[in-house]
Amino acid sequence: MDLQTLTYLVVGVTFAIYIGIAIWARAGSTQEFYVAGGGVSPLANGMATAADWMSAASFISMAGLISFMGYDGSVYLMGWTGGYVLLALCLAPYLRKFGKFTVPDFIGDRYYSQTARTVAVVCAILISFTYVAGQMRGVGVVFSRFLEVDITTGVIIGMAVVFFYAVLGGMKGITYTQVAQYCVLIFAYMVPAVFISILITGHVFPQTGLGATLLDGSGMHLLDKLDGLSAELGFAAYTEGTKSTADIFAITAALMVGTAGLPHVIVRFFTVPRVKDARISAGWALIFISILYTTAPAIGAFARYNMIDTINGPDAQGTLLTEAPTWIKNWEKTGLIKHEDKNGDGRMFYSGDERNEMTIDRDIMVLANPEIAQLPDWVIALVAAGGIAAALSTAAGLLLVISTSISHDLLKRNLMPNITDKQELLAARGAAAVAIVIAGYLGINPPGFVAEVVAFAFGLAAASFFPAIILGIFYKKMNKEGAIAGMLAGIIFTVGYILYFKGIFITPFAENKPENWLFGISPEGIGTVGMVVNFVVAYAVSKFTKEVPQDVQDIVEQIRFPKGAGEAQAH
Amino acid sequence: MAFQSNELAKAYWRENVSLMLKLLAVWFTVSFAAGILFVDQLNMVQFFGFKLGFWFAQQGSIYTFVLLIFIYVIKMNALDRKYDVHED
Repeated sequence: MDLQTLTYLVVGVTFAIYIGIAIWARAGSTQEFYVAGGGVSPLANGMATAADWMSAASFISMAGLISFMGYDGSVYLMGWTGGYVLLALCLAPYLRKFGKFTVPDFIGDRYYSQTARTVAVVCAILISFTYVAGQMRGVGVVFSRFLEVDITTGVIIGMAVVFFYAVLGGMKGITYTQVAQYCVLIFAYMVPAVFISILITGHVFPQTGLGATLLDGSGMHLLDKLDGLSAELGFAAYTEGTKSTADIFAITAALMVGTAGLPHVIVRFFTVPRVKDARISAGWALIFISILYTTAPAIGAFARYNMIDTINGPDAQGTLLTEAPTWIKNWEKTGLIKHEDKNGDGRMFYSGDERNEMTIDRDIMVLANPEIAQLPDWVIALVAAGGIAAALSTAAGLLLVISTSISHDLLKRNLMPNITDKQELLAARGAAAVAIVIAGYLGINPPGFVAEVVAFAFGLAAASFFPAIILGIFYKKMNKEGAIAGMLAGIIFTVGYILYFKGIFITPFAENKPENWLFGISPEGIGTVGMVVNFVVAYAVSKFTKEVPQDVQDIVEQIRFPKGAGEAQAH
Repeated sequence: MAFQSNELAKAYWRENVSLMLKLLAVWFTVSFAAGILFVDQLNMVQFFGFKLGFWFAQQGSIYTFVLLIFIYVIKMNALDRKYDVHED
């Protein structure tokens, strides 16, 4: 069987599984649609959270980013896992005890204010849409590369599948498909990683292979070899990187805090039956996430070693074009690798200085991995299915947040409080359908700033939701005036800073370089400062405005211990 | 009110917050301290073929995070029972 047929087969089988689960897990009430009936086991919820969390960016781009950034790539590894400690210790159990459906629910009720609820709804929708556009794009890229359909067709197929199980099954359908998608994506990620680790270092576990000695007979450690190669070729040392300490610190903190403030992640902890389940399912989620996140730096290092070795050759003189392996030629067709023979010697050469002749897109590191290591075709097909699973599972979780924000937070809790459960469910399905179409449109016609919006979404979540929720739980005296002022100050500061340097929709005011940055912090990490601004403004304003009503203070007392947590309630 | 008295409610909350702060101190130490602020100093130390600071940044911090959550779960379940505020 040729690769093409095999890929269709593997992807087709996984799609059939997702759709089968969707039919089995139809949602009959808003409770099932929003929080899967509140009866998901912590282990299943952990797995679903992991799939929800690990997007096309985690699966396709992260190892490649680390490969090119070396130590600097640590910001993603620590940032996108450390947030779960905050979730488990500071947020999830209390929000579960609070027992509502959404993050704006909490903000609106805790701060006894429709204004606060509206600010939260706007943030939730903005964050989720920016994120989901990237996922649809990821589906399209994988389809076009491995199934050789064009990106538009790929996005439409992806939309149809998500439409089917998100609109039909709501959170219930999404949760159980995400469990299946986790299994597909982690298997697809680990198989090539283990093979390559064995080939390069003889270690079965990529995690220890990263620190092991090479099998090429030199007896050198992989990381020392990479440092040596970096020095020879004019790159910064692999284990040291180039970013300033302040910037690394700020980016890591923004990603951690942003993770803990993302609505599609938080909402997953409303689906479990008890407070103690919310705590432990954060633990399960992080275990499942860690499997991929501790493997990614190993893949990054292996890929860098392999790539330099292949392109520059063992004697570091450059490989003759006529002797280049087929994967280089395959990926050259997609435009993700480019070679320009500057010195006309008929050889390729890759370096960090003027000798360089190669342009290499970081996204190929994971996707081309099986080809580089000459693994069998079924592994390549598996990687395609894994990439699609990662993108679809995240897209579905985000779409649910959008539809819930509209049907529940905006209609039921704000504009039309008298609609029945049936009407609300219909509105939720309608909103999900509309959201999928918009997301698909954004996937086919991506706005020029897709790459920037990731930082944007995390920065927003860090500067808006995280402080508002933390203060809502741990500081009884935080009132609505403080919370609203804090959220607005945090968002305006963060958005303003990003626009100032990145100029989305407008021309940037200043060049995006370290000399211009506030405290040497890049727009990627500015959410950390935005969070501090939020905390300070909220505290100051609360000191000068009316005290919190007693009944709200009592609610805060109630959420601080587990006993009496019922199912998530609408009223 | 699930607690016998206000004092017990306060004591439970104090213990909870103190446990949380201790675990967050470790969380900060393995990531921000070992992986970022003092990474250069720790990189002087070799650890199974890794520079120690680099290992914390790309491996060690993540393992510690997982451990922290499970310690928190176990300790909190015990605390809930001690104050009789656990779920059935």
